[in-house]
Amino acid sequence: MIGDKEERQTVVGVDVGGTFTDVFFLNEADGSCNVAKVPSTHDDQSLGIQEGIAKQQEKLSGVSLIIHGTTVGTNALLERKGAKTGIITTKGFRDVLEMRRRDRPETWGLWGTFKPIVSRELRVEVDERILADGTIHKALDPLDVKTAAKKLIDLGAESVCIFFMNSYANDLNEKIAYEVLREIWPNDHISCSSQILPEIREFERCSTSTLNAYLQPPIGNYLERLDAGLRKGGFEGEILIVQSNGGVMSVNMARSFPVRTALSGPAAGVIAGAYIGLSAGFPNLITCDMGGTSFDVSVVANGESSLAAQTSVDFGMVVRTPMVEITTIGAGGGSIASVDRGGLLQIGPESAGSYPGPVCYGQGNDRPTVTDANVVLGRINADKPIGGKLACLDVKAAKISIEKHIADPLNIEVMAAAEAIIRVANAKMAGAIRLVSVERGHDPQKFVAMPFGGGGALHAGALIKDVGLSKALVPRYPGVTSALGCVIADMRFDKVHTINSILEDLNINELVSEIKATANEGQKSLSEADVKFDGVETAIELDMLYLGQTHTVAVKLPIRLETIESSLNLNMIQSAFENTYKQTFGRLLVDIGMRVLNLRVIVVGHRPKFDLSILGPSANDSIKDSKTGSREVWFEGAWWQTDIYDRLSLPEGQCVLGPALLEQPDTTIFLDPDLEGRVDKFGNLIISRKNLL
Amino acid sequence: MKLDPVLLAVLKGRLEQIADEMDATLFRSAFNPIIAEAHDASHGLYHAETGETLVQGKSGLPVFVGAMSFAVKLVIDKVRKEKLTLRPGDVFIFNDPYEGGTHLSDFKLVRPFFYDGEIFCFLASVGHWHDVGGNVPGNYNPVATECYQEGMLIPPVLLYKEGVLNSDIISILQSNSRLPGSLYGDLNGQVSALELGDLRLNDLLSEYGENIVTSALVELNHSAAKLMASYISELRDGTYSAEDWLDNDGIIDEPLKIALDLSIKGDQMTLDFSRTSVACDGPVNISYSTCIASCYVALKHIFREVPANAGVLKPINFVIPSDSLLSVSRPKPVGGYTETILRVIDVMFQCISQVAPEISNGCAYGTINALSMSGYRKNGSRWVMFSFFGGGHGGHPEGDGLNHGNAPISTATIPPLEILEAAYPILFTEWALRPDSGGSGKNRGGCGAIYEIELLEEKADAFLFGERGKFGPPGINGGKTGALNKFTYPSALNDKTSPPMVSKMVGIHLNKGQRIRLETPGGGGYGSALERDPSLVADDARLGYVTSASALKEYNCVVSEDGVLNVKETNLLRRKG
Repeated sequence: MIGDKEERQTVVGVDVGGTFTDVFFLNEADGSCNVAKVPSTHDDQSLGIQEGIAKQQEKLSGVSLIIHGTTVGTNALLERKGAKTGIITTKGFRDVLEMRRRDRPETWGLWGTFKPIVSRELRVEVDERILADGTIHKALDPLDVKTAAKKLIDLGAESVCIFFMNSYANDLNEKIAYEVLREIWPNDHISCSSQILPEIREFERCSTSTLNAYLQPPIGNYLERLDAGLRKGGFEGEILIVQSNGGVMSVNMARSFPVRTALSGPAAGVIAGAYIGLSAGFPNLITCDMGGTSFDVSVVANGESSLAAQTSVDFGMVVRTPMVEITTIGAGGGSIASVDRGGLLQIGPESAGSYPGPVCYGQGNDRPTVTDANVVLGRINADKPIGGKLACLDVKAAKISIEKHIADPLNIEVMAAAEAIIRVANAKMAGAIRLVSVERGHDPQKFVAMPFGGGGALHAGALIKDVGLSKALVPRYPGVTSALGCVIADMRFDKVHTINSILEDLNINELVSEIKATANEGQKSLSEADVKFDGVETAIELDMLYLGQTHTVAVKLPIRLETIESSLNLNMIQSAFENTYKQTFGRLLVDIGMRVLNLRVIVVGHRPKFDLSILGPSANDSIKDSKTGSREVWFEGAWWQTDIYDRLSLPEGQCVLGPALLEQPDTTIFLDPDLEGRVDKFGNLIISRKNLL
Repeated sequence: MKLDPVLLAVLKGRLEQIADEMDATLFRSAFNPIIAEAHDASHGLYHAETGETLVQGKSGLPVFVGAMSFAVKLVIDKVRKEKLTLRPGDVFIFNDPYEGGTHLSDFKLVRPFFYDGEIFCFLASVGHWHDVGGNVPGNYNPVATECYQEGMLIPPVLLYKEGVLNSDIISILQSNSRLPGSLYGDLNGQVSALELGDLRLNDLLSEYGENIVTSALVELNHSAAKLMASYISELRDGTYSAEDWLDNDGIIDEPLKIALDLSIKGDQMTLDFSRTSVACDGPVNISYSTCIASCYVALKHIFREVPANAGVLKPINFVIPSDSLLSVSRPKPVGGYTETILRVIDVMFQCISQVAPEISNGCAYGTINALSMSGYRKNGSRWVMFSFFGGGHGGHPEGDGLNHGNAPISTATIPPLEILEAAYPILFTEWALRPDSGGSGKNRGGCGAIYEIELLEEKADAFLFGERGKFGPPGINGGKTGALNKFTYPSALNDKTSPPMVSKMVGIHLNKGQRIRLETPGGGGYGSALERDPSLVADDARLGYVTSASALKEYNCVVSEDGVLNVKETNLLRRKG
């Protein structure tokens, strides 16, 4: 019977990127996998998704689950294309969003400007006030909310954010306002700051909640279109959305908390990286995603990705929800190389992006980029560009440009100049990796680099040498890593609530009931979706600090929800804090009190994982068939005759000695002459120094 | 040895990273928020013989880029004078603001870096400690007349001798601070940063060899000098002059002049501060080294690409007379150095704007507004709230100035109000942009802010150290001055009394329910207000950045209260001029 639950066997991961929509199919019944890649449809991403799924899946009725990493939210924020939004706020505080935390966009140069996403006239004050201890200093008159709402509606606001001072300590006035708005607001696009982020810090709460309201209409509409389109095609399963923290949530949650999708796409990639690394025996890795304009790195230590408490999507656009920590530097394929007035070679920060893109694209840019250097050096196949958009690349134009802008001013040969661009770009990327590893107190030598996306694999070998990483691991399908990440991501519920109490004054009974209530809420939210779990886990964290400090440390409490009454006490909290503090800073402070600022409850539903070895090479492969030809590649001042291999057909255990080029549809890997690569059973390529294997 | 350009670029990145890693190490291990959150610290590599800055971290406080070479020079001079022999593992500690720059709160640690038995360079770390003694907690004492009222003053002494800690020094430091624990933590963070720098630099030298790294440092210095000279040579030869003012020194209510004659000749620039007022009694003096450091900050804001090494200052000559308030020595108080260096930066922008308005901008709000409130809670415990406040940035060639920015000398952010309200018995009754505070111009100055604070407990005292109460932040290229700094408090006279020294006051007594109010300057404007697009003026009026009265008076635009532009009358008015 079509549509019967038994028949729905395929789990689909979808990642919508700037250029391509990648789809990963996992048939849970027979364990088989498939991938599809179609051009992204920018006006309505859901069309591309349907097209991509249709490539490998005739009947949508056979799909049980679609897990989606989306950039709709990210793009709406970056391009300022969210809804017209209003804010209803406390008297005296309508400028919180615009005044920020009194910062500026750049350290050097005073030419910054900032246009808040909600203009001043759409920020309306009502007379109410809560004190820091939760006392109601001035009660709210519901009539004032009505008047404010009417004004916003008249001004054309589509969505609204309620943000009152100290609402983290007492949400009564926000609740009253919310009830009033539910009656009169023409839609359900209402974000309430005490629901979105009940955490102390007014700007961060206001910004996050306002951005949430700003995204509610576009994300809501998008999800509706996606859902309707898929249902029409016969889909009867569940849709889940990837959050910025790498966990997934239901469509309903995504509709209410769209701001949690701000970094949805990249997060899925890091989750996949962590899982691939763990499976292959590398729990410590640094994922490297090289795009057109940027190089993004993220640290995975002991199989776990690092989370940041907040990020700025753009200057002054702060989103405070837990998210996979990704550090970005301006060194992508489109980054422009130049020689400055002092005679120094520089890469970036200017970028030709993907349009007009590198000189070799022939789309109007005449300043050399990193990709141009790779083309001139023979590392990129000019006759078979990745992505298939262009028929071939203009090597000659790239060479002329490098000659003019780099070789001549530096008075060196053009090939040396092209190599110089790559070396300086590598040095810059290596710098980013060093800084994230050192800042986290990690030793780079214990880490491997994992490039994904289209460009990273060309540089991976050089990076391990520059940074002193042990190895590089190129996943079997670097171009669809994010889509793969969607398929394996766990479901996750996060909630923070500010406690702000000195440790010795902490009311343990209240804390216990709050933890239990929140955990219940989380488990309920997880069970609402029709998703299988291998297990559900609840983690309880406290943000704590010594009295007088401002930076908190996240203290994971070593307790289980089932036995919380007997195990949670002040001594246990204190020693958990001291352990964490010592680990982080190497020392403790004596005779100084401690404060508990926030409670965080995280409920994770572990989704079944699949064995990555099904992606591995087939037993019949042989290196002879893999070798497709050879070409000359420039390396350290000379041309090297370099064998070219079809990467995907290399057999398990095969070792390839550099210099070598490994080609596959979505990426090219370059092995320096002093490196070698070995294919593991999952089809990953493990790159290391020749004498070390 | 001439290095190949690629190696040079690679080494530049590696060297900068060593300094950046030192910054990162201190930021994450510091105990006091002024370092941890506001990044009021800096690290770098300095020349073995001259102390000149070789490389400095990018994330530290801007003003230290430039000041630290003087601190290192102080150690070098001491070693020469006293014929000391430095050994690996030695670390000096001091906070002398006269030779080493800035103010007493900034503690400097200097460590010789040895390679192959020779001193290759110095590594240094500086950080703003929470409390270093003196009359006022946090060390912003607006009525100090000698440095002894501002805190302890430590000359360069050996904290570590060949890697062995002299813990007596820590005891002395701790017994002179209100927050000995915080001091100890910060000190350890700085020591760790220096250790990390030593390790990384050693790795780099082993990898590339001493000669190559030395050549790279020399070439980077030359390249920076060449870069700066090339910018200067694009400016028209001539002398460009500007004068700006400090309200007073907090002791005597007389304006103090900061005057700069900036001359360009070929690829050389001379900064002549001879016409500046002589040293004053109060704490707005600065030392010679601080003055040079603040000129560097201004140059770096204007020519953003110049690197943080001493080469940048090669094409620049300084004339700073020794009796000037910009060149004081002990025991003149320097605690309010932030106000004075902001003014030095302002005159730099004003001078540059005369020769190249397209690379300059209107002056920023120009005062740190260090405000503290303190009292006793019902349970008898003491509380002290201390914070700096923001204001508008200047209009610039690309647009209006930033509303509510931070001071050009720092990258610090302001603590969340909810954190302040939770920690202290105060209530913010207003936190808003200040209408009409940005100087008018084709590109308007950014708005300053209004902060109004009510006391919730029975009694408290307030202290303020601010400036720009008499002379607003100037605009450039025809732009107008931003609004004045304004502070009011309740007194026997009325609820809105202004201090006699305008923005400097100690010991304001407050009772429960009383409010103090600070209205900060906006930035100066850029270009003539009459060239501003009337529709932008109408937008400003509609959004409340500018009142309709000012739209008329400043911009010759007829705009209704709710921001509707009367095109006909505006055209008529503007044609009349």
